[in-house]
Amino acid sequence: MAILEVNNLKKNFGNLEVLKGIDFSLEKGESLAMIGASGSGKTTLLRCLNFLERPTSGQIRVNEKVVFDGADARTLSEAEIRKNRLHFGLVFQSFNLFPQYTVLKNCTLAKELMAKERPDFKTNKKQILDEIKTEGEAVLASVGLQEKMDYYPHQLSGGQQQRVAIARALMLQPDILCFDEPTSALDPELTGEVLKVIRGLADKKTTMVIVTHEMQFARDVSDKVLFLDKGMVAEYGSPEQVFEHPKEERTRQFLERYFEQ
Amino acid sequence: MLGANPIESLTSGFLLNLELFAVTLLLALPLGLIITFCSMSRFKPLKWITKVFIWVIRGTPLMLQLFVVLYAPGLLFGIPMSSRFTAAVIAFVINYAAYFSEIYRGGIESISVGQYEAGKVLGMTRSQIFFKVVLLQVVKRIVPPMSNEIITLTKDTALARVIGIGEIIMSAERFTKMGLIWPLFSTALYFLVFVGVLSLLFGWVEKKMDYFRV
Repeated sequence: MAILEVNNLKKNFGNLEVLKGIDFSLEKGESLAMIGASGSGKTTLLRCLNFLERPTSGQIRVNEKVVFDGADARTLSEAEIRKNRLHFGLVFQSFNLFPQYTVLKNCTLAKELMAKERPDFKTNKKQILDEIKTEGEAVLASVGLQEKMDYYPHQLSGGQQQRVAIARALMLQPDILCFDEPTSALDPELTGEVLKVIRGLADKKTTMVIVTHEMQFARDVSDKVLFLDKGMVAEYGSPEQVFEHPKEERTRQFLERYFEQ
Repeated sequence: MLGANPIESLTSGFLLNLELFAVTLLLALPLGLIITFCSMSRFKPLKWITKVFIWVIRGTPLMLQLFVVLYAPGLLFGIPMSSRFTAAVIAFVINYAAYFSEIYRGGIESISVGQYEAGKVLGMTRSQIFFKVVLLQVVKRIVPPMSNEIITLTKDTALARVIGIGEIIMSAERFTKMGLIWPLFSTALYFLVFVGVLSLLFGWVEKKMDYFRV
C-alpha cells in the first residue's frame, strides 16, 4: 500500500508552468531521491507536498486519504491545512532554526504548543511537558547532539544546526520526512555528518523524500530515484535503473555533467 | 510664579515634559503596532488608507499637528478640546505611533520568510508563529532604531509649549524675558541627564538580548 500518491500534480506561477503533471508514489519505509537541474521544479514539488505552495491542480493522497484535490474548489481552512501538513515534515536548505530558543526548545516548541490544545493540559501540565522534554532529549540523542541541547543555534556549526533541524522535524513523527537540499548550504567538510544522519534514518526505514545534488548519496541511500526535467518526471525507478541504465538521453546528459565534476 | 526660584520652576516644568513623554510612549507603542498591521494588511483599501495616513503625519510638522488637534475639534465640530495637555497627548501619540509603525514594519519584514515557513511546517498557527517565533526577533532588531526615536521624543516634548503647555523651555523663557539667561541654558542638563538614563536602559536591553543572533 502506497503511503504517498501524487497524481497529475501541476503548479503554475502566473503564466509559468513549473510542474506539468507529476505522478509518483512511495511505499512506507522507502526513501525517494529527487534529482534534477536547478529550476526543474524539485523544490516546488516539495513545497506543494508541505502546503507551502498550493498546487494548481492534481491530487495528493497520504495513506489513501486525499489531503489535496485540485478539483475540489473549496479552499481549505487554516486548521485543515495545518492538520494535513502534519503528515509531512520538512528540513530546509537553510535550516531555519529559531534563533532565540535553545536546541532543545527548538525541538519541543511545536509539540508544547500542540499540547496546550489537549483537554487534560491544565490538569497534567507538568507531566505532559516533562514527557515532551524527555522526547526532545531522545530525538537529539538520535542525531548525536544531546550534549548540545542547551546551546543556542548560533553557537553550533552548520552541520550541527542541520542535525537539530532534522531532530525538530522528527519530533512530530511525520509520515513522510522531506529534505530540501539539506547539505547545499554547508561547507563540504560538514556535509558528511548530515548525510550520515539521513542514512541512519533510511536504515531505520523512515519514509523520506530527499531533494539533493549529492548523486553518490542518492544512489547509495534511496530506494527510488525520480529525475525531474522542466517540470516533468523524466525518469523514475530504482537507483540502478536511473543511474546505470537511464532510458532517456536527457537523464544520461544530466548524470554525465555531474559525474564529470 | 514669576517670583519663583528658577530651579523649582524648571523642575516643575520638566515634570510636564516627563509626563507627556510617559503617556505618549505608553499609548503610541501599542497604537503603532495596530497601524503596522493595517499598513501590512492584505485588504488593499485599509493598506492604502493607512499609507496615506502615515504620509500625512510624517509629512507635516508636529508643531502644526499640535495646533490642529487643539483647535480643529472646536472650529469644525463645536466641541472644544477639553484641555491643552490632552491635545498635546493626542498629537504626540498619533505622530509617534506613525513613526513607530514604520520601524515595526521594517523589523517584521526583515525576518526571513524561512522562519514563518519553519513554523508552518511544524503545524503552528499564524498567531503562534507571530508571538512565539517572530516577535522576539523583531524586538531585538528594532531596539536601536526605537531607542533613537524615543530619545527624539524626549526633546520633542518641548514643542508642546506652542500650545501653551508650561514645560521646561517655556518656564525658562520667562526668566530670559526678565533678563536672566542661565535658566534657559541649564535646561540642557535636565535633558542630558534623562537621555543619559534612557541610553543606559537601552544598552541594558540590548545586552539582555545578546544571547541570540538574528
